[in-house]
Amino acid sequence: MAMTGILRPGHIQLRVLDMDESLNHYCNNVGLIETDRDEQGRVYLKCWDEQDKFSVVLEPSDRSGMDHVAYKVATEQDLWHYESKIKKFGIDTKRVPAGELKGCGERVRFVVPAGHTFELFAEKEQVGNGLSTTNPAPWPRGLKGMEPIRFDHCLLYGNNFDENFKFFTEALDFQLTEQIVDGELQLAAFLTCSTKAHDVAFIRSEKSAQLHHASFLLGSWEGVLKAGDIISMEDIPLETGPTRHGLTRGQTIYFFDPSGNRNEVFAEDSYVYPDSPVLTWTADNIGQAIFYHSRTLVESFMGVTS
Amino acid sequence: MSFQITILDTNEVYSCKETQHLLSGMMQLGKKGIPVGCRSGGCGVCKVKIHQGAYATKKMSRDHVSQDEENSGTVLACRVFPQTNISLSVIGHLHKAVMR
Ligand code: FES
Ligand SMILES: [Fe+2]
Repeated sequence: MAMTGILRPGHIQLRVLDMDESLNHYCNNVGLIETDRDEQGRVYLKCWDEQDKFSVVLEPSDRSGMDHVAYKVATEQDLWHYESKIKKFGIDTKRVPAGELKGCGERVRFVVPAGHTFELFAEKEQVGNGLSTTNPAPWPRGLKGMEPIRFDHCLLYGNNFDENFKFFTEALDFQLTEQIVDGELQLAAFLTCSTKAHDVAFIRSEKSAQLHHASFLLGSWEGVLKAGDIISMEDIPLETGPTRHGLTRGQTIYFFDPSGNRNEVFAEDSYVYPDSPVLTWTADNIGQAIFYHSRTLVESFMGVTS
Repeated sequence: MSFQITILDTNEVYSCKETQHLLSGMMQLGKKGIPVGCRSGGCGVCKVKIHQGAYATKKMSRDHVSQDEENSGTVLACRVFPQTNISLSVIGHLHKAVMR
């Protein structure tokens, strides 16, 4: 097994103001699949091609934003290994018992220097992707909405940027894939724990613990266009797109959920290996780095978070 | 049914349907820089203070508007639907955009 340690974003728990509106958004329009609910009123969702029971948890709340994002590690030993690395870095950890989220094993919970709550876990019930594991079909029938394949990454705004970067690269072993720099100053860091263009990205900010967006992978550019159709058909607040990013070269569209949490769906971004060079975008070219065609920043995209 | 919304800071008036939130009416004023954020009560960029008029609201994130603020008419324009003519003033981000 070549991939060890931290494998991927396992789930994101988003706070929502109105559960019915949110379920309509995430299930009917984005196209996630409901897999469970719990006594706290939380609803568990997954994308079709994920094996694990859930990758999005919607939590009823009077606030918007992200409660936490959790990454799956390969083995239980990895969980304790990273727990001790995090402590050694000087960050407190807490253990959340197995079953606190239905079907999820014990979680290690901690607050990263940028202010966001992250978790690691090793075990989650697998419910499969709806396809046989013997002679499987390429995709299941009856998918809804934008037909996302997986929860792919989140982009976060936070303070203590340099310390946070050190934490992710040194304590959690993430690899820098792309960055925006202004001279010596790193403004954005795209980080992976796998071979993806990013499993998380951070933007330097004065504010702590802000969610910029939660992102889902689609199969094609055609899918991004169809997402745009659904956004207009269903009167979903569109931010920008369909367009292409310079960073990660993903084809993308941005919109908001009914609680003001930003969503992205995208297709066909780049990939890395451990020996890939870091790609650098310069601040004087930030328009093209972010929106490759218009080369113009969208004001809300730079300022609005939840 | 459509109502007249007065922005007290500039004395501009726009019309807004009862089914339309106050921010979408304001967006149609075509002012450059009106912060069109999430339009869902989550990001807090569209804060206004309602001085006069009746309206219905949808839930807004308590990170941006406390219960007390909401009770005293400080609200997010994207979560407010007019039921009469309204006069309001703009706060924060929105104030900067409206005044330029
Ligand atoms: S536009 Fe985000 S709260 Fe109104
Ligand atoms: Fe993204």
